[in-house]
Amino acid sequence: MTALLDVREMARHYGAIRAVDGVSFAVQPGEILGVIGPNGSGKTTLFNAILGQVRPTAGQVIFEERDITGLSPLLLARRGIGRTFQSLQVFGGLSVRDNLIAAGQEFRGGRAGRLFAAPDAGLGARAEEIIALFRLGPVAALRAGGLSYGQQKLVDIAMAFMAGPRLVLLDEPCAGVNPALIEELMELLLRLNRAHGGSFVVIEHNMDFVMRLCGRVICMAEGRILAEGAPAAVQADRAVLEAYLGA
Amino acid sequence: MTRWLALAAGVAALVALPAGLKGYGVYLLSLWCVYVIAGMGLNLTVGYAGQISLGQAGFLGIGAYSAAILLQAGVPFLAVLPASALLCFVVGLLLGFPALRVQHHYLAFATLGFNMLVFLVARNEQWLTGGTFGLNNIPRPMILGWRFANRVDFYHLLLAAMLAMAALMAWLLRSPWGRAFAALRDNPIRAESVGIDTTFYTLMAFAIGAAYAGVAGVFFACLVGFIDPAPFGVSISLSMLLMVIAGGAGRFFGPALGAVVVVLLPEWLRFAQDWYLAIFGFAIVAMMVWLPGGLLSLPDRVRGRA
Amino acid sequence: MTDLLQLIVAGTATGGCYALAALGFTLLWQASGTINFALGEMVMLPAFAMLFLLNVAGLPLPLAFLATCALAMAVLGAGFKRVVVDPLIRHGVVPLVIATLGLSIGVKQAVRGVASAEVFTFPSVFSDTLWNIGGLRVSAADIGTVLLACAVVAALQAFLSRTLTGRAMQAVAQNRDAARVLGINVQRMVLYAFLANALLATLAALLITPVYLAKFDMGETLGMKAFYAAIIGGFNNSRGALLGGVIVGVLENLVGAYISSGYKEGVALLLFLVVIIFRPQGLLGTVEERRV
Repeated sequence: MTALLDVREMARHYGAIRAVDGVSFAVQPGEILGVIGPNGSGKTTLFNAILGQVRPTAGQVIFEERDITGLSPLLLARRGIGRTFQSLQVFGGLSVRDNLIAAGQEFRGGRAGRLFAAPDAGLGARAEEIIALFRLGPVAALRAGGLSYGQQKLVDIAMAFMAGPRLVLLDEPCAGVNPALIEELMELLLRLNRAHGGSFVVIEHNMDFVMRLCGRVICMAEGRILAEGAPAAVQADRAVLEAYLGA
Repeated sequence: MTRWLALAAGVAALVALPAGLKGYGVYLLSLWCVYVIAGMGLNLTVGYAGQISLGQAGFLGIGAYSAAILLQAGVPFLAVLPASALLCFVVGLLLGFPALRVQHHYLAFATLGFNMLVFLVARNEQWLTGGTFGLNNIPRPMILGWRFANRVDFYHLLLAAMLAMAALMAWLLRSPWGRAFAALRDNPIRAESVGIDTTFYTLMAFAIGAAYAGVAGVFFACLVGFIDPAPFGVSISLSMLLMVIAGGAGRFFGPALGAVVVVLLPEWLRFAQDWYLAIFGFAIVAMMVWLPGGLLSLPDRVRGRA
Repeated sequence: MTDLLQLIVAGTATGGCYALAALGFTLLWQASGTINFALGEMVMLPAFAMLFLLNVAGLPLPLAFLATCALAMAVLGAGFKRVVVDPLIRHGVVPLVIATLGLSIGVKQAVRGVASAEVFTFPSVFSDTLWNIGGLRVSAADIGTVLLACAVVAALQAFLSRTLTGRAMQAVAQNRDAARVLGINVQRMVLYAFLANALLATLAALLITPVYLAKFDMGETLGMKAFYAAIIGGFNNSRGALLGGVIVGVLENLVGAYISSGYKEGVALLLFLVVIIFRPQGLLGTVEERRV
């Protein structure tokens, strides 16, 4: 089976600082891969280098057997890679429903066609489906910017799934989210994974979340991969413990 | 429902208003319509797409000069109107493309210099624009054999055009494009990550805004009958920008209110003579500091506090 | 041939003045993300302040200049930051641009109201000596202006790269959050940038007003050319501002003399468009990355 995403020897240096220093890993179709590691270990820089936010110093990213190294975020989205950000990123002035439609409308038809398309760009049904899945029904017509943090976070994550991406990268989905919602989020992601065959890469500090969600985990420290394998094995790894404890 | 009734009442009042006004009043009312059309276009660029354009008067000038030249050459009004709008749209694309490709804030600088350049061309190219003497005897429009020579008739034509342009804008803002404009203003980085080409949409918002100024320019030329470079200078662009902001950028009726301020303020502040622009400038600074949402955000603010 | 050289020398001197204003603009933009559309007025105001001190208070030029520097730092530096920029910067770039545009109109018209729309002459700091070098007549003012502008750029660069404060300012310009983590007082560094901007504007006023004369709207085109000079030369490089300023100044003179005096003012825009099409980072600038 060929990998969905194949990251080869990825590196990103800032002068003498090696934020990411030769990282290789692969994501299989239908897999949930967790990325853990202490603060400053290079996880977000790795994401940014894969997702075209910063230019990699070296390395290659292959998605569906095509080289996507250094493509802009826009082109990556068009190729079928969804993402969420560490901080909250929604369109605050738009309603929840419009947020979702905005996240999906650019993937259908041509731009000129969209000018004359129906106001919902033919995505009304799809939006309702996602709204139901994420249980956003009661707030669907409200301005996203006025919602609670947790609800905005749900909208944010829901947007990444609107266009039916083949791979979604989530940067700390649990940050700032209350425990009840974390459970809901986990259940949601598992359902998206099992029922819809979704493939995810998740950066997360919440160990419990990672252990229960991910089939495989890599642990980063100082820009390199320290350990890789089943969640329990990585958690038990001595080197990982030392990295977290700063020993 | 009440909203539609209020709108209908407003339109009826605008239709009936000239009956109670002298010639100068009708002229001011017509000028207001011209500024509202140009202001709606600028509102798209500034309020909906979140970009700064300092060249709207330049596009107004291109619209006005091209209309004057074409009308004097005998081209029918109904052909001149789309031609001038299209010309402004294309010039907008040519100017906006290099600027927006690099850095969206560069649009402000590019449009500022562009407006200066339009002014220079209008002043220097006498063979085309009449230089500082301007172009005279621009005919009032003739549509299907009916000439709108009477100033009240012309005002009604202009009012109809303004309403049509407003309806077109409302339709555009409700379309998926309108949603993309709002998305890129709210959060350009998120917009890119869900496949919205922010450069393309910003460029479109700017060029469509320029086309609106072109339409406004055509009516302006017909309204005043004589054009010279003066009404198309950089300072007029600033007034137009401030008018959009004063009304409330990104609010549909913002330009209508802002244009009242810009058209009538000089009349009201005549007692202040040369100082009125100074007062105007400092008032803008004060408004940005205390009421960044514009005049139309005032009701929300009051309600929010109560 | 001598005509050509003469135009180039005079253009270089004008360009030096553009460069000083451009430097202030770049510093503010880098330190705080402020796009200051009242930049031209920040050159015009010190010019009138110096004139007032010279003609009404009767101070000699050096004293008037120093007093104006202090005044400019207080009002156009710290005051501008406190009253206009600080309350607005968190709302994003657009409200700040609008506010500085309003400020530009307000200041300009207020000066017109006080000092009338007349043109005032301004004494030069340099003697009016003319040197004749092989048929080429060069004024001391031109040479002095060019040298002074070069000296200021060199001093600024040395300050930014050699001193601790300068490096801290650069760190803030490059990455605010990282600078804060490193224990740099970000607000203080931003304030320094505003003070430097006020000083540079005052210096530009001292050099350019004798040539272009003091008038309420003298800042209008000056401010615009400073933006263009900054972008043409490269935003993140102080030598870039100098190069950009000089190129604009010289080309303007050449176009004015050989092509059309009517389009002299349009040169900067065309140059700007050409540069951003073919070398978006500016002639001496380096490519910066997108930031999340």
